[in-house]
Amino acid sequence: MIKKKKITSLLLIFVMAFMVFSACQSQQVPDSDSTNQESSSESDSSKDVAKEEKADQIYFLNFKPEIAEIYEKIAADYEEETGVKVKVVTAASGTYEQTLKSEIAKSDPPTIFQVNGPIGYQTWKEYCLDLKDTKLYSFLTDPSLAITSGDGVYGIPYVVEGYGIIYNNAIVEKYFALTDRGTEFNSMNEINNFDKLKALVEDMQAHKDELGIEGVFASTSFSPGEAWSGETHLANMPFYYEFKDKEGYDDSILAGLASEEIEFKYNQNYKKIFDLYINNSCTEKAMLGGKSVNDSMAEFALGKVAMVQNGNWAWAQIKGVEGNVVDEKDIKFLPIYIGVEEDESQGICVGTENYFAINSKVSEAKQKASIEFLEWLFSSEKGKDYVVNELGFIAPFNTFEEDEKPEDPLAREVLNWMEKDGMKSVPWVFAVFPSQNFKNTFADALLEYVQDNIQWEEVVERVIESWKVEKAKGE
Amino acid sequence: MNKYMCKYFIIFVLPTLTAFLLSFLIPFILGVLLSFTEFTSIIDAKWVGINNYVEAFSNREFVNALKFTVKIAIVTVITVNFFALVLALLLTRQLKGRNIFRAIFFMPNLIGGIVLGYVWQLIINGVLYKFGVTLSYKPEYGFWGLVLLMNWQMIGYMMVIYIAAIQNIPNTLIEAAEIDGANWFQILTNIKLPTITPSITICLFLTMANAFKNFDSNLALTAGAPSRKTAMLALDIYNTFYNTLNGEGVGQAKAVVFFIIVSAIAFLQLKLTRRKEVDSL
Repeated sequence: MIKKKKITSLLLIFVMAFMVFSACQSQQVPDSDSTNQESSSESDSSKDVAKEEKADQIYFLNFKPEIAEIYEKIAADYEEETGVKVKVVTAASGTYEQTLKSEIAKSDPPTIFQVNGPIGYQTWKEYCLDLKDTKLYSFLTDPSLAITSGDGVYGIPYVVEGYGIIYNNAIVEKYFALTDRGTEFNSMNEINNFDKLKALVEDMQAHKDELGIEGVFASTSFSPGEAWSGETHLANMPFYYEFKDKEGYDDSILAGLASEEIEFKYNQNYKKIFDLYINNSCTEKAMLGGKSVNDSMAEFALGKVAMVQNGNWAWAQIKGVEGNVVDEKDIKFLPIYIGVEEDESQGICVGTENYFAINSKVSEAKQKASIEFLEWLFSSEKGKDYVVNELGFIAPFNTFEEDEKPEDPLAREVLNWMEKDGMKSVPWVFAVFPSQNFKNTFADALLEYVQDNIQWEEVVERVIESWKVEKAKGE
Repeated sequence: MNKYMCKYFIIFVLPTLTAFLLSFLIPFILGVLLSFTEFTSIIDAKWVGINNYVEAFSNREFVNALKFTVKIAIVTVITVNFFALVLALLLTRQLKGRNIFRAIFFMPNLIGGIVLGYVWQLIINGVLYKFGVTLSYKPEYGFWGLVLLMNWQMIGYMMVIYIAAIQNIPNTLIEAAEIDGANWFQILTNIKLPTITPSITICLFLTMANAFKNFDSNLALTAGAPSRKTAMLALDIYNTFYNTLNGEGVGQAKAVVFFIIVSAIAFLQLKLTRRKEVDSL
């Protein structure tokens, strides 16, 4: 008897659950209907521009927490100017995918979001609007930077960044002034391949006490989630050359995207530069597992080390360290040489992980308003002023004049390197790494190698295996 | 009276039922359904049958995480309950300042797992610094680090439950035993332990559930390093869901398996310990 009662009550619960569930669904149906009606009626009366603009609120899901406040200001300005309300939500650092996944399922989803490259596009392709006919796309200085698929254009890069080996020129100059040094170099311009870099670094390391540093390189960070300098940025180098060698592709990124498997052909080159980093560092190898990016940037900012591998975004971080001793004019970039023939004509790594995409599942009016907002940001005087002076972007758009370039020293260095004659910038091939899991596996293997738990061969094996497995999941 | 109850039954039950439905039952059912699909966000799911489950079990990391979690659970269930019980027995004696001690031991439980994870990471790395290694050097370090952390976090809470139970033992029983000449050990094993069995059941259940569900301190302390050898089930599910291409469905499938395992163990344990309970209280 009791059992029967239990069963009936359980059944009741389920019935109720489904009732609520189905109620939700049936509510959703008219909802989407009404947005459809809205959009169709709006496209009918598209001449009535004022009405269309006023009716809308757009929603921008921001990726960069460090500049969230500036976007708020921009949104307020834009609303004042045009009456369109821009809702800006910022995902906490490292949680963009999570936030986007939950936000996009809501009834008021983001209209502008961002994907991190061709792989990110694979995840979000159902949601990316074709931007081929937008003015924003026509603004691009190099249209090949955009994410394309077939005829369509689905992601527009809005910032170009560069990374390489950042060095503190003051310390290097101090080294050049030493009388008992073991190398012949007199300026950093002479350092144009791996062997020279190695000779310089190792001799500097030998003279570290005279130079007042604890090591040449800052710690290569390996604390959880902070290993990207090794697993992503440095890994870019060997894979760039591997994909470049593949025949039949327009560029290395497309070659990488098409690679079901990798050889990791240049793994010895990777090992060379990686060993150089960890053997001439201010930190013992076994201790790297606890180092974060902040630690290594602080070491650099405090003048404890002469070099660190990072990108132009690091300037804010260096400047923000209390007791920073690095002068603005002393901070320079050096390409990451890995000992290939092309070393001498190789520039720094330039690319982007930030592409705007417009949500294809919101009403047409909202899509239009979103595109208009982006076009305003990157082409109007006011918008450009924000981009250059407050956001500090090197924007890849032809709407920016020569004098509208960011001020910070590393961004300037990136531009210098891009304009140097005969230098070929290395694209960000890591955008085609199959998944975060692949990168994590790479980082884990590197860490174990650093701690002498495994041999280099095993690192190579794991990386090759992980690429294959992760790539297969994307099919 | 009965009629009266019926009339208001719905009104009183409805708020809780709605909350339960919205925040538990519906997500749960949706979650189970989603584990059979491939999806990016929950509104665009495609049915793929049991593929996700096949993939979950052919995944070496999932099996490793399962083993690691079981190991952690066994060790922490034993250590946490042992130390909690010892502390409870000590702090129910006539000690000076025992209330202060109780409060102090309970306090770690008030700190969130993420904070605890980072704090312990600093402490353990600080100690290991002397030996020139870090927490990520070997999986064993991460294992014992986690055990230490979870002990520190949970002992206080379990201790409070045990103290409440021990204080509820009628003095007459203990006095009678003393008059009969029982020593402290006999009193412990024949009177105290049997009478607090319900609490032991609760504590075992709680520690085990907590050990299985542990996510935040695991994430903060080791995040699986080295090479995901110290990732527990929840962290592995999280990694699958967010860091793998098209991993959402597989992650969901893993989560369903996770649920089944945890509820099966809890059910079994409840049944086993129930039998030993004394009904007198």
